[in-house]
Amino acid sequence: MTALLLILVPLIGGLVTFFVKQESQVKLWSFVVSLVTLVAMSVNLLMHDEAGRSFTAEWLPMLGSSFALQMDGASTLLCFLTALCYPIIFASTWKSSYASPNSFYGLMLLAQAGITGVFLAADGLLFYFFWELALIPVYFLCSKWGGEKRIAVTFKFFIYTFIGSLLMLVGLLYMYYQTADASFSMQSLYAVKLSAEQQSWLFWLFFIAFAVKMPVFPFHTWQPDTYEQSPTAVTMVLSALMVKMGLFAVIRWLLPLFPDAAVQYDNVVIGLSVIGMIYASVLAMQQDDIKRLIAYSSIAHIGLMAAALFVNNESGLQGAMIQLFSHGVNVLGMWIVIELIERRFGTRKMSELGGLAQKAPGLTILLVIVALANVALPLTNAFIGEFLMFNGLFKFNVWYAAVGGLSIILSAIYTLRMIQKVFYGNENTLTATGEDINWFEKASLAVIVVAIFVMGVYPKPVFELTTDTVTLILGVFK
Amino acid sequence: MNLILISAIWGIVMMFSGLFLKSKSSAKTVALIGSIALLIGNFFDLSGKMIIDSNFNGMLQYERFGLLFLTVLILALIMYILLSGKEVEAVGNHPFEYFALIFFVMSGAGLVALFNNLLILFIGIEIISIPLYILTGSDKRNLKSNEAALKYFLMGSFSTGIMLMGIAFLYGATGSFQLEQLMMQPQEDYKVFMLIGIVMIMVALAFKVSAAPFHFWTPDVYDGAPTVFTSFMATIVKAAVFIGFLNLFANAFGNKTGNWQMTVAIITALTLFIGNITAVYQQSVKRMLAYSSIAQAGFMMFSVFAINDMAKQGLLLYAAAYCFATIGIFAVLVKMKDYTFDGFNGLAKKQPLVALVLTVCLLSLAGIPLTAGFFAKYFVLAAAVKTGTYLWLVIFAVVMAAVSVYYYFRIIQAMYFKEGEGQEMAITTPFKALLLTVAAVVILLGVYPSLLLNWLTFF
Repeated sequence: MTALLLILVPLIGGLVTFFVKQESQVKLWSFVVSLVTLVAMSVNLLMHDEAGRSFTAEWLPMLGSSFALQMDGASTLLCFLTALCYPIIFASTWKSSYASPNSFYGLMLLAQAGITGVFLAADGLLFYFFWELALIPVYFLCSKWGGEKRIAVTFKFFIYTFIGSLLMLVGLLYMYYQTADASFSMQSLYAVKLSAEQQSWLFWLFFIAFAVKMPVFPFHTWQPDTYEQSPTAVTMVLSALMVKMGLFAVIRWLLPLFPDAAVQYDNVVIGLSVIGMIYASVLAMQQDDIKRLIAYSSIAHIGLMAAALFVNNESGLQGAMIQLFSHGVNVLGMWIVIELIERRFGTRKMSELGGLAQKAPGLTILLVIVALANVALPLTNAFIGEFLMFNGLFKFNVWYAAVGGLSIILSAIYTLRMIQKVFYGNENTLTATGEDINWFEKASLAVIVVAIFVMGVYPKPVFELTTDTVTLILGVFK
Repeated sequence: MNLILISAIWGIVMMFSGLFLKSKSSAKTVALIGSIALLIGNFFDLSGKMIIDSNFNGMLQYERFGLLFLTVLILALIMYILLSGKEVEAVGNHPFEYFALIFFVMSGAGLVALFNNLLILFIGIEIISIPLYILTGSDKRNLKSNEAALKYFLMGSFSTGIMLMGIAFLYGATGSFQLEQLMMQPQEDYKVFMLIGIVMIMVALAFKVSAAPFHFWTPDVYDGAPTVFTSFMATIVKAAVFIGFLNLFANAFGNKTGNWQMTVAIITALTLFIGNITAVYQQSVKRMLAYSSIAQAGFMMFSVFAINDMAKQGLLLYAAAYCFATIGIFAVLVKMKDYTFDGFNGLAKKQPLVALVLTVCLLSLAGIPLTAGFFAKYFVLAAAVKTGTYLWLVIFAVVMAAVSVYYYFRIIQAMYFKEGEGQEMAITTPFKALLLTVAAVVILLGVYPSLLLNWLTFF
């Protein structure tokens, strides 16, 4: 039942939000709705309620598609991430105010329903349905509440992802006709035997859809602009959760469906990812706008995960799994800090900031922890993930690991430079007016810091959770 | 048979009631009564109770699919009359006659949906076409409307000629007008005649559904005709001709795969390409919708191309999804003074409900999930994939669908994200309720298409 609740609660909650009038009530209501999903998810995890993690109902019997939801390790992890991030997002942006707040928060919750649906769907058509459904609210969110160039930028994002999705739909249809029982269910699709030639072009139909979402070089061009132009709350959803849809889709659909093609093209995918890592890191170093900096650094981190998914060994896959969660948490932390800075000082430009540490020591400490996690310092969660992933990459091919490893150094350069420019040095007229963050904002950052350390020191529960997914994928390849 | 008879009779009733009823606004009411009579008559058709139970020596066949398709058309007609009835009165002084012509078109649609003989197809197509020539020119004082009517008439007659010639060739090859006779392989010497016949009929029908490269009349005619009739032509009429198209190819040439399928594939690809790409460059929403109707025809062509159970369901769903969404958009468009994209600026602030309904309709036309348009596209594409050949065509089509997002979303962007005053529109509460119904139907079919498709198996 939990599986169904995770979709239904934000869906119904979101629809209700549209009819709430007052801004404070809207905020409180959506925060409560997001808390309910978190509680449901946590209870499920603590109780080890396996039965609650799947759900099936009749939907379109004539098409061989059913409303089937199922949580395996990876999707449990990501459902938890979604449920965890949403209350944090709502709490940390509590002070921001949006025109027509009811539509804003309503759409945010609908996006949550869509994203969670993607992580849960165990039916090809249902998966496609949610995949698109997650996109629509985000389109409206960015276009309506974003920055100056929002309309054009969001539109580009929409078209990119829509083309990708449609190509996937064609592939999915083709797969459907190959199934033995004319069904879209995940098991039937997994069971399809495809020739090498079929696999090789179906692989690309699916991969492009996922690559745009992740995004992997060269399908990434929509990403920095969209992140920059979106309201920060939406950027949080995009980077912490939506990009995970692409990675998750690779784990759940691409690799099990086309294992031979995945081996055939692993060099292409990993090559592109590594190029993207370096390329994005270099660009990140040149940014003055912190939001764009994080956007580019995110491409680099995602690139590593994309590469690790294709290395076909346990440590790479396991690292990618844990990093799915870690990256979500860390990047969310970074956005919160940026949101706080922007709301206080009205700018995101490093050149206009400086000396914040004296005015806002609390914020500084929390930011530095998050930033160091972003650089993957030992003891933090990202270290575990990145170490495993590089280990996996190293086993696959030393050169990829060596070149990709440069991105760690570059990451340290731009992150530390950012900390230095924004928080240290001399105050200027703008930053002299600043004050420290309130307890509410501290609390939301504190949750993230706790998550960073807990996972950095004791990642075992996550490993245990995702073992089944890793075994499944490695099993397919053998 | 009920539908054909009732709509023909009701057309005459409408003409006479124009003599006796002086108030222009009563035309809408009479038309509504007639269309409900059609619905009831068609329901009896479906359950096998007909006024005249004859198939005229096999010239008609009462297939469930055709009858169900007609139900969709009648429902769309009712929605059309409810939403746009008032605007018909505004066109000129003869609203009763306009509605009469619309009922004659419906009678033709009945013939086209149920024909089993090429002559009936021909007569049906002509009964559909001739009233349309008149409706196009019904705004007598408007030069554009006159020009459009003349253009439409000349080109339409030309295509009629080609169709007749095609039928003659087929008759020459097989010695019959009956569809089941056409199914048989002609003697070796006559195979060429057969092929020429098929291609000629294909060309003529492609003209009628405005498939490329025979689409040139469409934008001018749609633009020139009074908007309220454009709405009718672009939806109900187009769907009606498609059912004839599909029936002909499914029941007469279905077993002769090969050459004609390639031709249909090329027509489909061309239609999709020209319709979508040209629509991108339009400045007037009305012209954009004309080109978009070409683009949508491209998707409907897939059902003719694939010809299987999936294709039939797909066309049924497509007709419903497309007709309802387009009628909804046109109903709002007619109320506006400014037909450009900028005219929609800021509409969401002024008319939030209208904007919401338009958004749902546009999303449906673009084929976004949760709307009927998604499953409509899904079915026709799935039908094509099922044939196992021409996968490039399907991929091409989805890329074109992505292009279509550009021009449909321009309206959404204008309504929601652009600053503007929003136009004054005379929108009443019942009108809003009807619009909401349209949106509800579009979403309902988008979440649960079985609602409509189950009818194919029940009854």
